[in-house]
Amino acid sequence: MLTERRLNVLVLALLLAVPLWAWVSNEPFTITLATRAVIFAIAGVGLNLALGTGGLVSLGHAAFFGIGGYAMGILASHAQSYTALTDWPFLIEGTKSMPVIWLVAIVASALAALAIGALSVRTSGVYFIMITLAFGQMFYYFMISWPAYGGEDGLSIYVRNSFPGLNTLDPIQFFGLTFVLLLLVLALVTRLRSSAFGLALGAARQNENRLRAVGIAPYRLYLLAFTISGAITGLSGALFADLNRFVSPTMFSWHTSGEIIVFIILGGVGRLMGPVIGAALYVMLEHLLGGVSDYWQIYFGAILLGVVLFARGGLIGLLVGREVAHD
Amino acid sequence: MTFVLLAEQVLNGLQFGVMLFLMAAGLTLIFGVMGLINLAHGSLYMVGAFAAAATAAATGSFLLALAASLAAAAAAGALMELMVIRRLYARDHLDQVLATFALILIFSEGTRWLFGSFPLYLDIPDALSGPISLPFGIDYPRYRLAIIGIGLVVAFAMYLLITRTRIGIQIRAGEEDREMIAALGVDISKLYTIVFALGAALAGFAGALIGAIQSVQVGMGEPVLILAFVVIVIGGIGSVKGALVGSILVGLTDTLGRALLPVAFATFMEPSAATSLGASLASMAIYILMAAVLILRPRGLYGAA
Amino acid sequence: MTDAPVLELQGLSKRFGAVVASNDVSLDLKPGEIHALIGPNGAGKSTLIAQIAGSLASDAGRVMLEGRDVTALRASARAKAGLGRTFQISSLAMEYTVLQNAVLGAVGQAGRAFSLWRSVMKARSFLNAADAALESVGLAEFRNLRTDELSHGQRRQLEVAIALTMQPHAFLMDEPMAGLGMEGTRTMTGFLDELRHRAPILLVEHDMNAVFQLADRISVLVYGEIIATGTPDEIRADPAVRSAYLGESTV
Repeated sequence: MLTERRLNVLVLALLLAVPLWAWVSNEPFTITLATRAVIFAIAGVGLNLALGTGGLVSLGHAAFFGIGGYAMGILASHAQSYTALTDWPFLIEGTKSMPVIWLVAIVASALAALAIGALSVRTSGVYFIMITLAFGQMFYYFMISWPAYGGEDGLSIYVRNSFPGLNTLDPIQFFGLTFVLLLLVLALVTRLRSSAFGLALGAARQNENRLRAVGIAPYRLYLLAFTISGAITGLSGALFADLNRFVSPTMFSWHTSGEIIVFIILGGVGRLMGPVIGAALYVMLEHLLGGVSDYWQIYFGAILLGVVLFARGGLIGLLVGREVAHD
Repeated sequence: MTFVLLAEQVLNGLQFGVMLFLMAAGLTLIFGVMGLINLAHGSLYMVGAFAAAATAAATGSFLLALAASLAAAAAAGALMELMVIRRLYARDHLDQVLATFALILIFSEGTRWLFGSFPLYLDIPDALSGPISLPFGIDYPRYRLAIIGIGLVVAFAMYLLITRTRIGIQIRAGEEDREMIAALGVDISKLYTIVFALGAALAGFAGALIGAIQSVQVGMGEPVLILAFVVIVIGGIGSVKGALVGSILVGLTDTLGRALLPVAFATFMEPSAATSLGASLASMAIYILMAAVLILRPRGLYGAA
Repeated sequence: MTDAPVLELQGLSKRFGAVVASNDVSLDLKPGEIHALIGPNGAGKSTLIAQIAGSLASDAGRVMLEGRDVTALRASARAKAGLGRTFQISSLAMEYTVLQNAVLGAVGQAGRAFSLWRSVMKARSFLNAADAALESVGLAEFRNLRTDELSHGQRRQLEVAIALTMQPHAFLMDEPMAGLGMEGTRTMTGFLDELRHRAPILLVEHDMNAVFQLADRISVLVYGEIIATGTPDEIRADPAVRSAYLGESTV
């Protein structure tokens, strides 16, 4: 019998097996595709904490994806040109060390999420969607018009950043790194979901009056969820930049925000592994349909429309059925 | 920055604002009456622009082009409503966002498939081309002034529609209590289709008007859509008056910001830094405005409390 | 036991434009009592409840909980301060199990909503509090059912159970009998009779049989004003009440 838990394990196993097979068969492009899926999955898992569990429909998570990406882009570009970012108030040099970059990406996105969340989370419904969209666009337009880091053309980082003990240019090693990060993020989110915080957050989505009646004010709950969610998506942005060795303002665009939501819906909203399955499906569809036609987005749009209208629970919903009350 | 230049920028801001109003008015009605968030509204703007460009190329008549834009956008809107949007009224916002996002993909790529990737051009009609002399020595493009005029006429027409007609009463009642007006025998389905098609027609009309100033290309509606959202957040959902005030505010803030900020910075910074910093801040100006309004009035200037 | 009121409304007033929904409403709730609030439809009961619970701000007046002025506190803060509320239309986390809903109450009571690490459904203290509450209302055997699978009457019971986990100093109950059949009403009536000893109950109800059976005191709300407060016998005999309200029903 296919339970959600078994499906989760199966998905992770496949996600590991496919690139390993590709490595053995010397198909580096497939490894790259798998890495892309894993990175998108991290972005989606981040968003899903706010959206699936908390019911916060953020159409602006690309803001954090982009901040993470540009954290990497800015630090690495200064390192590769041997110039410091600034020498006031103290010397800040660039770096090409992944752990440092990830830390900066996470902190920067968290701060941005805290600021955006503080303004947005007090609104609800349609207002919240539009406000998050607008803030995402604010970053997009700012980055296009700020010439220092490439503007509209973006920024290339010639050599992939380094991680102690690994050759990050080797596709399978970089994949392994991102896969471990995905597992860590999943572990974190699982913990959060089964904590008192997760219980309260889910209750806030279902019935805010109920939450208030037990003495919990939703605002701070939402704000914390949004902040953590933004930080995780920010990490994925830094990884994405490293995968492509390129950052551009498109990382901030609302299409990107929409895509992250699409990962979640394809897999199943509110399910732990929904974004993982969805990201993998998306990368596969992108690759397969893109080979068939130049106008593949029409087919993709039709598929998405079909899923939303008729297969609301995503792939997990189709395979596993209605959500069992989880502990 | 002379007075004349400033006046021109103010007029540009008004023109921009008026065009935003055409987008925002339809959107805010759709939100208010049907409770639906529609990301594909920008696609209807694009449909109107393409219909106008194609008609103008075929017939050489700008008037026919405008008529075509209204008809095509209204038809596309009605079709969209009947086939997809209808199923979304009862759904939550997430579903609406995703489904209309899917529609954007379909419309954009579909348009690219029909018309190709290169932009089309729509010419300003001869009667409206060239500058017109205004008081205080201002020379302003005739066409842009016409857009301001048309926009104000449409705003007035919307006011009459909402306050003086039966449809208007149904719309206002529908915003208050959807179930009630159904119980009172109003044909909800028809009302919704009409409201949607009306919003679509306005968007398509805006697309056609602007198509003559900028080029007509796939995806042209998206930046406008987002600005329309900002307008609605500022003005308040469901309020056409809010849409008008919000549009003018956004139009002026954006245009004057872009014109004045680099100049202001140039007074104490060296020119290239001033230009880039000014341009960057100007691009953020309307979002800062939106954030400020939200802090003071979380439901917008004229939104329901 | 002192006779100082646990919950006190002092001159609550609220108007919406030209409509006066609440006009200088004052009443109190003493320890161990059930104080029923009745009134015809449109009397302003919902508005009043919202003001007591804190989800609607009054134009004037004060709400005192155990001698403490809670008027400035919003709804969640009042719940934490000891005001246990049940809703007229069941307000529950429908996707959660019965146990999860009850544990939610325990979490709120303990102020541990920001505990991020420990698995909440394995926490002994919360489970004990939740189970005890479910036991009191007779829902213990259903603890693992999804809330949307409960019957209407069971959902009412769950509402009360969650209120119990909050260890309230006073209950504010909005039509707990609504929609219950004869059997359910009888059970609920017996239950509330016991409950009063845990914490006094301000009971808003339409079911007159239940009201006259349970209430120690009754206040009558008509057009936003309290026209009478007294024992059931006093209310039954009060001419103003009779003409305004009790004329149709048989008591």
